[in-house]
Amino acid sequence: MNPWVSFLLRRTTRVVVAMLVIVTIAFGVLRLAGGDPVRAALGPTAPASVVDERRAQLGLDDPVLEQYVNYLGDLLHGDLGTSLVTGRSVSDLVGNRLMPTLELAGLAFVVALVFAVLIGLCVAVFTQGHRRRGLELAFTGVSGFLAAIPEYLLGVLLVIGFAITVAVFPVAGQGGPDSYVLPVIALAVSATAGLSRIARIEALNTLRDDYVRTARAKRIPPWRVYLRHALPNMLTGTLTIGGTLLATMITSSVLVEQVFNWPGMGTAFVQAIVTKDYGIVQGLALVYAAIVLVVNLLVDLVLALLDRRTTLLETG
Amino acid sequence: MSALDVTDLTVRFGRGAGALVAVDGVNLRVESGGVLGLVGESGSGKSTIARVVAGLRRPSAGTVTVDGRDVTGRRLPARERARLIQMIFQDPYSSLNPRMTVGETIEEALAAREEQDAAARRAGARELLDLVRLKATVAQAYPRQLSGGMRQRVAIARCLAVKPKVIVADEITSALDASVQGSVLNLLRDLRAELGLSMLFISHNLAVVRYLADRIAVMHHGRIVEEGPSDEIVHAPRHEYTATLVGAVPSLDNAGTDVLTRDEP
Amino acid sequence: MTARARLFRAPMTIASLVLVCLFGILAVVAPILWGEEALTARPTELLQGPSAEHLLGTDNLGRDLLLRTLVATRLSLGLAVLATLLAAVAGVLVGGLPAVLGGRVQRTFGAVINTWLAFPVLLLAMLVAILLGAGTTTAVLALVLTMTPSFARLAQTLASRVGGSEYLAAARMLGVSRRRQFTRYVLPNIAEPVIVNVTISIGGGLLALSSLSFLGVGVQPPDYDWGRLLKDGFAQVYNSPTAVIGPAVAVVLAGVAFGALGESLAGHLRGQDHGHTGGRRGPAPGPGPGSGPDGGQPSTPDTLLEVDGLSVAFPGEHGWVRPVRDVSLTIRAGEIVGVAGESGSGKSVTMMAIAQLSAPGAEVAARTLRFGDEDLTLLRGRALRGALTGVGVVFQDSLTALNPAMRVGAQLAEVPRTQRGVARRQANRDAVAALDAVAIPDPARRAGQFPHELSGGMRQRALIAMSQIGRPSLIIADEPTTALDVTVARRVMRLLRRECDRTGAAVLVSSHDIAVLGELCQRVLVMYAGRVVEDVPVDALRDPARLAHPYTRALVAALPDLDSDRDAPLATIPGEPPDPADPAPGCGFAARCALATDRCRAEVPELTGHRHGGRVACWHPQDREVVRS
Repeated sequence: MNPWVSFLLRRTTRVVVAMLVIVTIAFGVLRLAGGDPVRAALGPTAPASVVDERRAQLGLDDPVLEQYVNYLGDLLHGDLGTSLVTGRSVSDLVGNRLMPTLELAGLAFVVALVFAVLIGLCVAVFTQGHRRRGLELAFTGVSGFLAAIPEYLLGVLLVIGFAITVAVFPVAGQGGPDSYVLPVIALAVSATAGLSRIARIEALNTLRDDYVRTARAKRIPPWRVYLRHALPNMLTGTLTIGGTLLATMITSSVLVEQVFNWPGMGTAFVQAIVTKDYGIVQGLALVYAAIVLVVNLLVDLVLALLDRRTTLLETG
Repeated sequence: MSALDVTDLTVRFGRGAGALVAVDGVNLRVESGGVLGLVGESGSGKSTIARVVAGLRRPSAGTVTVDGRDVTGRRLPARERARLIQMIFQDPYSSLNPRMTVGETIEEALAAREEQDAAARRAGARELLDLVRLKATVAQAYPRQLSGGMRQRVAIARCLAVKPKVIVADEITSALDASVQGSVLNLLRDLRAELGLSMLFISHNLAVVRYLADRIAVMHHGRIVEEGPSDEIVHAPRHEYTATLVGAVPSLDNAGTDVLTRDEP
Repeated sequence: MTARARLFRAPMTIASLVLVCLFGILAVVAPILWGEEALTARPTELLQGPSAEHLLGTDNLGRDLLLRTLVATRLSLGLAVLATLLAAVAGVLVGGLPAVLGGRVQRTFGAVINTWLAFPVLLLAMLVAILLGAGTTTAVLALVLTMTPSFARLAQTLASRVGGSEYLAAARMLGVSRRRQFTRYVLPNIAEPVIVNVTISIGGGLLALSSLSFLGVGVQPPDYDWGRLLKDGFAQVYNSPTAVIGPAVAVVLAGVAFGALGESLAGHLRGQDHGHTGGRRGPAPGPGPGSGPDGGQPSTPDTLLEVDGLSVAFPGEHGWVRPVRDVSLTIRAGEIVGVAGESGSGKSVTMMAIAQLSAPGAEVAARTLRFGDEDLTLLRGRALRGALTGVGVVFQDSLTALNPAMRVGAQLAEVPRTQRGVARRQANRDAVAALDAVAIPDPARRAGQFPHELSGGMRQRALIAMSQIGRPSLIIADEPTTALDVTVARRVMRLLRRECDRTGAAVLVSSHDIAVLGELCQRVLVMYAGRVVEDVPVDALRDPARLAHPYTRALVAALPDLDSDRDAPLATIPGEPPDPADPAPGCGFAARCALATDRCRAEVPELTGHRHGGRVACWHPQDREVVRS
C-alpha cells in the first residue's frame, strides 16, 4: 500500500476512535449522572408537568441503548442536541458562535507559532556553543516569567490596564480589527513564551546536526544555512509540541473569551455551565473536541510532509 | 559433539509480498569448545542470527538448539535458557545498566546461575573480575567511570558468570580503538583456552574473526555462501563473494602501492 | 562547575529554590497564623483599596486580601502538588511499564497515549466536573486526567530508549524478572527527567487549577484558592482593580519559581549528559610558542595548505579542553595526505578546524593557516567564505551529513547557485552531472530523491560529488570510509583516488584504520593526544622497522591482519588513551610507552626530520639515526 494512504488511514482512524470515545462519554455523563439534569436545569420551582414534557421531548425516558443510537444518528445529521433550558438547537448556537472562536484561537495559534519559532531560532543562533550567556539568561528569565502568566490573568490585567488607564484598544466584544488585539495577546503570550523555549532547544539541537555543518561546508551565506537547512528541520520537533499546545489553547480560549466577553463558543460554554444547561455543554464540548482532533490531524500531516523519513515509517 | 546447532533458520521482517528475508535457510554448527566465526557486511543478516540465537528475536522458521535443547520456543523457562546461552554486545557503552555498579551487574548474573547468599555472590564477582583482568575495586564503580575496554571486560565477566554452554559475541571489538581491541581479543583467546568456551563470534572484520575462530562462515544477503576452516576461507576462498571480501581488506602490505588504481573491476 | 558557570547558573537555582521553600513554609504556616483572621468580615470596610492596615485592600465582605492570599497558598499549592504527583505516577506506569512488556503492548499504549494527548481533556473534565458537582476533588481529578498523558509520553520516550537498550536485552537474557527489569532498569534510568518535569508541571498545574477556580468549576466557597480570589476580584474589577493584585502576583510568582527550579535542574541534567556545561576559566589558550624554523616543513612554491601551531580549545566543565595542540602540517598541490589516530587523538577536530567548520564555541588559534594565496587567519565573513570555496569537505556519516528534508539534487545544486550565481536550471544539470561523475546510476532520478532513499555507499558517493561540485583544489575527508562495509569502502577509496587523479585536487583524509590510509595516501600523519607524533611516507608502513615513533610501531603491530599468528597473543598497548580534559605534561604517549624516561614525562618533543623522509616527535625515536637539519 502507498505509505501516504496507510498513514492517512491510520491517523483518520485514530481521530474517529477518539471522537467516538468522546461522544460516548458526553452521552454517558448526561444519562448516568445522579439526579435529574432537566430538573436541575429548569430549577426547583418549575412545575413537574413542564419537566416531564421536556424529558419526553428530549427522549430521556427511552431505553438507554435506543437513546444512544438516536444520539449517534442525530450527530451524523449535524444535530448537536438541544438546550435543556430553552429547547433551542445547539447546532444553531454553534453556527453563530463557531467563527469568532476559530478566528481568535487560530490567530493566536499562528501568532504564537510564528513568533516562537523565529525567536527560538534567533536566540539559538546567537547563543549556540555556550556564547552570550547574558542573552541566554535574559531569554530564559523573560520567557519563564511570561509563560507563568495564565491567559485569563493576562486578560484581566490587560482589561484593567486598557479599560481604566488608556483606552487604546476595546476591552470587550468583537468588532473591528482592533478588537482582536487584546484577546489575541492574552491568548498568545504565554504560549509564545513556552513554545519559544522549546523552539530554542530544538534549534540548538538542529544546529548541532551534521547536515548543518555540511551546509556551512558549502560556504553558503549564514542566513541560508539557518533558514534553508536548520529551520525546516527544527519545525518538526517544535510543531509536535505546538500541536499539543493547541489543545491547551482551545481550552484557554474559553477563559479568555469570558474575560473579554467575546461572542464565541467559550462565553456560551461558561454561560451554560452557570445555568447548568447540560444540553449546550454537551454539544459544545463535542465541537471543541472535534476542532482539536482535526487540527491535530492537520499538524500530523504537515509534520509528515516536513519529515518524510521518520513519520511514514512510524507505526503508531 | 556440537554445542550449538542452527538448522534451516529463516527470519522475515514484515509480512506478505513486501517482506524482507533477512536470514534465509541458514545452517550453522558450533562444536563444543570451538569458535565459529560469522562474517558478513551490514545487512547480511549476521546480527539477526545473533539475536535469534540469543532468544531476543523469534525466527520465522527453523530451530536453534543448544546441547540438544530447543532454545527458540516459549516453553523454555528464562532462567534455563540463560544457562544455555548468553550474548556479549557490540557497544560496551550501552550494554551495561548505567544505574548499577559493576558489582551489582555481575552479582545479578551470578544469581541467574544459582541461588547463593550475598557473601558468596560478592566473592564470585571478585573472582570473575580477576578472570577478566580487572581489579576488585572496579566492583564499586559505575559503568560511566570505566573506559570502553574495561566496560567490555565487565560485559564479558557478566556473561561468564552464568557459565553458559554457548556464548554469542556480536561485533564486540568494533566499538573499541585499535590499541584496546587487541587486549580484548587476547583475553577471549586466553579464556577460551582456560574455560573451553564454545562461541559464535560475529564480526564484519575478517582479520579479527580469523584470529579467534577455528572455522568461518561467510554470510551474504541472508545466506551462508561459504563455510570452512579459517585459514582456508582467508587464503583459498572458493566462493566469489568471499574472494571479494578478502580482497577488500585493507592491508599495510599494500601501503604505497597502486592497489587502488589498478585492477579496477 | 567553573566559577563562571556558578555565577550564572547557581543564582537562578538558588533564587528559585528559596522561593519554592518560602511558598512551602507559607503553605504550612499561613493557615495556622492567619486562618481565623482571613475569615473575619468587617462590614465597615468593604471593598477598600490598599491602606496601611490592609496592604492589598479588602474584599466585598471586608476581609483582608493580603491575608487571604497568604492563607490560600496551602490549598493552591497542595492541590497542584497532589495532582501533579498523581499524574506523574499514573503517567510513569502507563508510559514506562510497556517497555518491559514487549513490542505489541508498547505500540498499543503508544497509540492510547497519542490519542489521549490530543484529547481536549480539560474540556471533558469540565463536563464531568459539572455533572459530578463542581468542587475540589473533581478539579484535581480533571487535572490528573489532563497531565497524565504528557507524563506518559515523557516516560514512554525515555523508557523506550531503555527498552531498546542492550543492557535491558542483557537483563532479559539473564532471565531477570519483569518486575526487577522495571524497578532496577527502567525506573532508575528515567527518574531524573521525570522528577524535573514534575517540578515544572507543578507550576503548570497551579495555573490550570486556578483557571478552573476562576471559571467557577474548581474550589467552591467557603474554601478559596488563588483562582477563586481572582474570580471574586475580577467581578469587582471596575470598583477595586487592586483586588486582583495579591492572587495574581502569587500565581505568577509560584509558577515562575517552580518553572525556574525545574529548568535549572533540567539544565544541570543536560549538562551532565553532554559532558560539559560550558563553563570557562580565563581566556582561551593561544597557539603555543613558535617551534622555530626547523619545526614546520619549509613551504615550497607548490604548497597548497600550510598550517603552523594550530590549537583548538573547547570550554569544558573544568576550564578549557584542548583536543588539538600545536599541530603543524603542509600539503602540496595534488598530494594525498592521511591523518591516522584513535578516538580522542584530535584528528577530526584538526580537520574541521582547517576547514573552518569547528563547532560553535570552539576557540581556534594558529600562527599560520594559509590556503593557496590566502591567509585564512586574517579573513572574516564573506571574504573567508569566498576563499574557502576552494576546500571541499566529505563527512563520515553520510546519513546525518545530508539534510533529511531536502532532495539530494537540490543539496548539490545549492553550491554552484550560491557560490557562482549559476541559474537554477543549469545548477540542477550540474548536480546531475556531478552525481553521474561519481558513478551513481540513473543520476537524474536519484537527484530527485531524499537522502534516506539512497543506500549508504550511494550517499557517500553523493557526498563526494558534493565536495567536488565547487571544483575545489583541496578535499578534506573526515573518516569517509569508517561507516562503510569493506567492499563499499574499497569502492569509495577508489573513487576518491580517481577523482583526485582526474581533477588534480589535494586530499587530507583521516581514518582510525592506518591500513586504509596506507593504500590511499602518499604520506600519513599519526596523531596522538592532540599532537602529530609522526609524519611518515606510506612506503615505510610496509616495514615496521622503519617506523620511528613507538606509538606508530605499536599501532601497526596491534592491527591483526589476515596473516597474524593465531598461536601468539596480539601485540597490545598497555593503558588507555589520555583524556583531553586532563592532559599530562610532556609527551602524550609517555604513560603507555615502554621507552619513556623522565624527560618524556616533562618535555614535549618537537617534530624533527627523520631518515625515513618524514618527521617524528619523540625523545627516543626507534630508528636512532635521526637527520638533524
